Amino acid sequence: MTEPAPPSPPVTDDERAELRRHGILLTSIEELYNWGRSNSVWPLQFGLACCAIEMIAASMARFDIARFGSEVFRPSPRQADLLIVSGTVTKKMAPQVVRLWNQMPEPKYCFAMGACAISGGPFKQGYNVLKGIDRYIPVDIYIPGCPPRPEALLHALITLQEKIRGQSLSGRAAPRFLQPDAACAYPVPEFGAHDLEPPRNPEVWQPPATARKEGA
Amino acid sequence: METPEEIRDRVLARLPGAAVAVVANPGPAAQHSLLLGPADARAVAAFLRDDPSLRLDYCSNVTGVDWPDKEVVETTKVSTPDPAGGPPRVTEAKTRRIQPGCLEVVYHLYSMALKHGPVVLRLRTANRSDQVELPSLTPVWRSCEFQEREVFDLFGVVFSGHPDLRRILMWDGFADHPMRRDYVEPDDYEWEPTPHGDVLAKATRHRAAAPAGPGATEARP
Repeated sequence: MTEPAPPSPPVTDDERAELRRHGILLTSIEELYNWGRSNSVWPLQFGLACCAIEMIAASMARFDIARFGSEVFRPSPRQADLLIVSGTVTKKMAPQVVRLWNQMPEPKYCFAMGACAISGGPFKQGYNVLKGIDRYIPVDIYIPGCPPRPEALLHALITLQEKIRGQSLSGRAAPRFLQPDAACAYPVPEFGAHDLEPPRNPEVWQPPATARKEGA
Repeated sequence: METPEEIRDRVLARLPGAAVAVVANPGPAAQHSLLLGPADARAVAAFLRDDPSLRLDYCSNVTGVDWPDKEVVETTKVSTPDPAGGPPRVTEAKTRRIQPGCLEVVYHLYSMALKHGPVVLRLRTANRSDQVELPSLTPVWRSCEFQEREVFDLFGVVFSGHPDLRRILMWDGFADHPMRRDYVEPDDYEWEPTPHGDVLAKATRHRAAAPAGPGATEARP
């Protein structure tokens, strides 16, 4: 019996650059596909509070989100790829946000923009504000700030593009929309007598560990 | 503009027997207000709006105040004469009583026509539990509509005669009145990086109750 031949090493970036110098473009379907979709991330035209003003500013001429292919703010969730949760999510609004997320087709991504969308921000001790949209839907990028500047939103967009370009299209590392058993619809919370029911989606979010030793 | 006392006297001259009292504000603002009885509040309000020298045609603000039951301790000095002819003995007697609470609605009135104001009106309910009905002043000032709905939503005052009394900020089916002093907020886990005291106890309780799920091992960045 002979040993199986070792797998041929993939083409390195140096070799690919060398080939390009000779006028040969060598790429893969995966790379081409991810390049295409990372440069046409269409956000949902949807704002909740003052962070939305910064989002609007990012779309105007001075910051010009069109440089990254994301200038097409879609007024329908059916046509959007990116949900920018820009602002305070009150408990009364939270079911609608989750419903919009469910109505978006895969592949879809979510930004939690600003302190309120991340954790409730200055209102987190109130009774009426959701303490972070990540209790109900998976968040890809958190943008801290109160509100974040348009540059921070653009940085999040660049980070998302890097994430999309790094996604493999097969295997366990494939994104959610290529895994047949992954959920793309999330339970919408209902209005209860005292709070939203359920108060969180345990599939998505669990209380995180704190820096201080617990039970002390 | 007339002082609250003058307004009260003119109201009583026009509507004899109406329950109108002046509540003094002892602070430096000295913004005294008129406490109206619920039975003739709407007649008094209409008088304030239509009187040619007041013409309070604009209600800028309606708000609520929750006065919970309050324990009042009163100290009285009792002097008992000494039968031997000496100086009388003075003892202090303390009596405790519960001052019943109420819900209060405050209206701020201005006159756009005569450029004066504010005149502050107060209405009080009989108690905080079952007799929480007050007359709505929306038929007199249309701008009260949403603000009375807000007072109904957050304090639980029921305005009779309101055209559309529904909750306005919280959802229908919400049971509580969050601005009341005895409101217990939902047991929401609240994230603190270095919690202490009540927040730490709550975090520990929530972590213990949570099943080991996918998010349990990941600490949030």
